[in-house]
Amino acid sequence: MTYELEKIKTLWDIPKEEHLVGGHSLCAGCTAATIVRHLLKVAGKNTIVVNATGCVEVSTTSFPYTAWRVPWLHVAFENAGAVASGVESAINALKIKGEIPVEKEINVIAIAGDGGSFDIGFQALSGLMERGHKVMFVIYDNEAYMNTGIQRSGATPFAAWTTTTPVTRRIRGEWRNKKDMFDIAIAHGIDYAATANPAYPVDMDSKFQKGLSKDGPSLVHVIMPCTTGWRFEPKYGITIAKLATETAVWVNMEYDVGNFSVTVPVKKRKHVREYLKLQGRYSHLSETEIELIQEQIDRKVEEINKRAGKEVIGPLEA
Amino acid sequence: MKELKSWKDYPLGGAVYDPGSTLDIDVSGWRNERPQIDQEKCIRCRICWVFCPDAAIIEEEKTYTTKTGKTFKLTYSIDYAHCKGCGICANECPVKAIKMIPEVE
Ligand SMILES: Cc1ncc(C[n+]2csc(CCOP(=O)(O)OP(=O)(O)O)c2C)c(N)n1
Ligand code: SF4
Ligand code: SF4
Ligand code: SF4
Ligand SMILES: [Mg+2]
Repeated sequence: MTYELEKIKTLWDIPKEEHLVGGHSLCAGCTAATIVRHLLKVAGKNTIVVNATGCVEVSTTSFPYTAWRVPWLHVAFENAGAVASGVESAINALKIKGEIPVEKEINVIAIAGDGGSFDIGFQALSGLMERGHKVMFVIYDNEAYMNTGIQRSGATPFAAWTTTTPVTRRIRGEWRNKKDMFDIAIAHGIDYAATANPAYPVDMDSKFQKGLSKDGPSLVHVIMPCTTGWRFEPKYGITIAKLATETAVWVNMEYDVGNFSVTVPVKKRKHVREYLKLQGRYSHLSETEIELIQEQIDRKVEEINKRAGKEVIGPLEA
Repeated sequence: MKELKSWKDYPLGGAVYDPGSTLDIDVSGWRNERPQIDQEKCIRCRICWVFCPDAAIIEEEKTYTTKTGKTFKLTYSIDYAHCKGCGICANECPVKAIKMIPEVE
């Protein structure tokens, strides 16, 4: 970390400075902006951001404007991991040459959507992690290619409608399951990986802090409700994010040098219906299909509890 | 930089040298409804400020005393040039101190 920031324990510890300002053209109610605002609050001004193509990149930098107050770089859709690796290596080289003081700490952060990380950006991300660059990779996961019109990605969950997993007589939305980026990241042997949720800002921000404090690569995978692609009124972005965790559709977890934990335990889970019913992308689902999704979650919760060695996610509310 | 007469004026690599210049862009026309904070009801919990995607909630060290005599050191207000009227603040406010008012009656 480039400056001594107290550990974030309450909302009042969140730094005031804004490094992603307003006036950008992300949709009204786009929770990606909330996530990135917080990310930069935590990282502070000595930060270089590498952004993959996607909503955040396109909508914050309509030429000749920029919403960023930190150095920011965009090259292409598929290579945020490679570009960030290059930036980090360049900083190291400049330090060796004596052009930057050795003790100067500069955060390098790569930001990509689910498309730019799960799919097309995957090899660049995998290479970054495998080579051990000191870069924090942040995925804002809106579970589809939103910027180009809601096409499915490897992060699109089972049953979700997208324009390429339509609802027809034969097709009922996405028929495959979401890829597990958290475990894929851990499998690279990196020190820190986490899942986070903007409805739990203290948890999310402390994960950004932890990720930045590591000497090597870290990955923070953040759920990002998208008003346009998930088909809900803009005001519900945070409500839906919260419901994702309350129903255990999204579990806030952490892997920190070998230790696995669930950072936001849930005593009693809400039925997944509560989460699904607010979103138009699930409006085609029948009761039977909703129960099928509930069963998938029950199974996942069992696995997570086993892995945590105790009941961190409780049973369904009666 | 904001007035480029020809392609020859484009900076190398599309570089932009005005950090945070989108603040010059007024997005108030995006709004259907405008949030309005009731200073009497607001408990200064910071939640609206935390969640606003457009950094359009202003947190100021400005004292406010309510009619019932309670004094707060902070005041929250809205930056109406950059608020898009999404309604997240009103929806998340724990004491319903923010009302969404239609821009067009
Ligand atoms: C090589 C390449 N292929 C396709 C595109 C078109 N494209 C731009 S953004 C985008 C989708 C981005 O999806 P994601 O990474 O999930 O980010 P989101 O838009 O959802 O924020 C696509 C397909 C591109 N820019 N480059
Ligand atoms: S389409 Fe979704 S991710 Fe893209 S700007 Fe709109 S709300 Fe944000
Ligand atoms: S309506 Fe939306 S953009 Fe406007 S202040 Fe509230 S949260 Fe921010
Ligand atoms: S969320 Fe409501 S109570 Fe809290 S600071 Fe904002 S207006 Fe005040
Ligand atoms: Mg996406």
